Amino acid sequence: MPTSLIQPEFLVKIDYDKCHKCGRCVQQCGWGVYSFNERPIPDDSKCRACHRCVTYCPAHCISIEKNPLAYRDNDNWSSDARKAIWRQAETGGVLLTSMGNPKPYQRIFDHLVLDACQVTNPSIDPLREPMELRTYLGSKPDSVQVESDSNGGFKLAEGAGMHNNIKLDTPIIFSPMSYGSVSLNVHKSLAMAATRLGTLMNTGEGGLHADLYPYQDNVIVQVASGRFGVSPDYLNRGAAIEIKIGQGAKPGIGGHLPGEKINKEVSSTRMIPQGTDAISPAPHHDIYSIEDLRQLIYALKEASGYKPVGVKIAAVHNVAAIASGIVRAGADYVYLDGFKAGTGATPQVIRDNIGIPIEIAIAVVDQRLRDEGIRNKASIIAAGSIRSSADVAKAIALGADVVAIGSASLMALGCHLCQSCHTGCCSWGITTQKPELTRRIDPEWGAERLVNLVHAWSHEVQEILGALGVNAVESLRGSRERLRAIGLDEQTCKILGVKPAGM
Amino acid sequence: MTQTKYATQPIEGYRHVAPEVRVEGDVTVIDSNAVYYKELNEAIRGAVAGGAKHLRIENVNGQRYIGTGLAGEDVRIEVHGTAGNDLTMLMDGPTVEVFGNAQDGVGNTMNAGRVIVHGDAGDVLGYGMRGGRVYIKGDVGYRVGIHMKAYESLVPIMVIGGNARDFFGEYMAGGMLVLLGMNTQFADQPLVGSFLGSGMHGGTIYIRGTVEAWQCGKEVGIAEATEADMAELTPILADYCEAQGMELADVLKVPFLKLTPFSHRPYGKLYAPM
Repeated sequence: MPTSLIQPEFLVKIDYDKCHKCGRCVQQCGWGVYSFNERPIPDDSKCRACHRCVTYCPAHCISIEKNPLAYRDNDNWSSDARKAIWRQAETGGVLLTSMGNPKPYQRIFDHLVLDACQVTNPSIDPLREPMELRTYLGSKPDSVQVESDSNGGFKLAEGAGMHNNIKLDTPIIFSPMSYGSVSLNVHKSLAMAATRLGTLMNTGEGGLHADLYPYQDNVIVQVASGRFGVSPDYLNRGAAIEIKIGQGAKPGIGGHLPGEKINKEVSSTRMIPQGTDAISPAPHHDIYSIEDLRQLIYALKEASGYKPVGVKIAAVHNVAAIASGIVRAGADYVYLDGFKAGTGATPQVIRDNIGIPIEIAIAVVDQRLRDEGIRNKASIIAAGSIRSSADVAKAIALGADVVAIGSASLMALGCHLCQSCHTGCCSWGITTQKPELTRRIDPEWGAERLVNLVHAWSHEVQEILGALGVNAVESLRGSRERLRAIGLDEQTCKILGVKPAGM
Repeated sequence: MTQTKYATQPIEGYRHVAPEVRVEGDVTVIDSNAVYYKELNEAIRGAVAGGAKHLRIENVNGQRYIGTGLAGEDVRIEVHGTAGNDLTMLMDGPTVEVFGNAQDGVGNTMNAGRVIVHGDAGDVLGYGMRGGRVYIKGDVGYRVGIHMKAYESLVPIMVIGGNARDFFGEYMAGGMLVLLGMNTQFADQPLVGSFLGSGMHGGTIYIRGTVEAWQCGKEVGIAEATEADMAELTPILADYCEAQGMELADVLKVPFLKLTPFSHRPYGKLYAPM
């Protein structure tokens, strides 16, 4: 019997006339596609189309093609559905995959368009006029108190209630990705970039490696159900503390970092023995209610000298009511993660079928908090497939204060979205702990690329703001009047609080 | 939707005032009567920062977070009354002795130190605890010792003198849980509830007496404690008995069971990578 009924997804084609026989492809591939016998010989079944070999081939003689192998047409039984069944019949296992939901759900961001000023209200040229992207993460007071700055002007009064806010120079922060799921060099790249950009990176649930201590003022430290690496020292180092309840790629389930990824360094940062699975239970077992959440929020505040404490949840059906509870529980920000968010490992069935779009979640949470008069009590961070500066602007117009980027930041570091993070063999050296692979990312190079990306997006957001005729990103927040929908049904428009184009 | 007023008032009966602090010899005495937890804990932290090594907190009545995040191996805190939730959460060194009962979350994510409760305690004790010792005299509630973990020299140990309810030692990843079933108000009930050690993938649970296999998670192996096991356990029991004023000989009258996980990787074969 064949070992598998599943045929290779990709074909690796080498033009041997051009091939230098240098063997670089053999060395670059993390999945062992190539063997070498006078010339490189690919095993198509191992290829994940990450393009590492293609990028590094000096002769440009490798191409990766989709296997054109025909399946009998059947809209109901896609080739992916058939392959999934064969794989499960072979293994009896839960299909494990990574990155974000790739299914062809409606992408609401792509059905929203922004406004611009014409004639009656002048647009602003951000190249020559002030354009403020600075924003503050945290709980705002009910009213602002000002006092004289003794220069004829005014300043915020001492104790005006803004002291516990984190200043961000741009409304784009990096999503939580744990050291363990990504390499230390990725963490360093993110931390260095966040420091240079005046924004934040987030440890995820893997502790804070000592190499990141110099950047700790630009780091959110996360507390998740496994409590890995969580100690008083860890809490005191972060700029803010985040309680992770859920993530968009796998709402409602815990995480298992496999023992293979727990090497000495990861073990020391997580403070668990080498080689054991790092199991994060699905819920925090000390949080079964909003009251319990409040208890943990204030425990972390007590332990850290009252640092800002945020709560990250996956966007799910009742997200507005849950977010209201989180804000009432005392959170300084609510982090909403939409159903297209990425992850280092998730059961495919969870990734592809659970949660709601981030666009909807932002709109309903913002509206609910406004209706209840508590919108100022917490910032909203939105994440879950923010793909461009347009998505940033639309998310903010829908009601977010800040967006977080994970997949996009990894793409800046070379990720090609091959959805194989869970294998631990990332050829780009991102989601792996193998030293021969992790050294492929030089943190200095990584930081520069991340800074470039966020700078580019920030400039584009400024351009959008200029076109809208506003001179501060905070003026766009929740300004849904500046959005119009194209091709969205009436009910969705109503939920988003956005009019159809033409109205 | 109607406007809802946002309120963050403390529970009625607590006052936002600094507690009365006085020094009696080398003991710093804090009267917590009707003082809100925030002000109480500020006073405790302030006293420790000011060099106090021995604190006595009187009239404690459910104030939360006592000892939370507190560091200092030579600090000793007596709590008189009923300690509130998250006592000694994230604590890193001090000794806290409760002359009364404790509520939920004792030793939550604790790093180091000693907690001695001369009474009963509530649910979710020692969640994610990484080091130190927790000695409870009497009964405990549900979800005790969930996800305790060890790392190098940090090995958390929790000894419960009475009975425990369901989910004792769930997800346990390291350290030691000991259940004696002696000082219980529920002598007619099982020593421990169901789902004992379910999802366990590290550490050891010692039970004085017996449990049935159906009470345990499928990941748990049950064996009689060997001489070597008892050699490991006895010094801990001796320390516990000294702290709780009990006789070691009484504790050792009944044989112990040792529960360990079958695998450090219970879910290694669950997944089919795509």
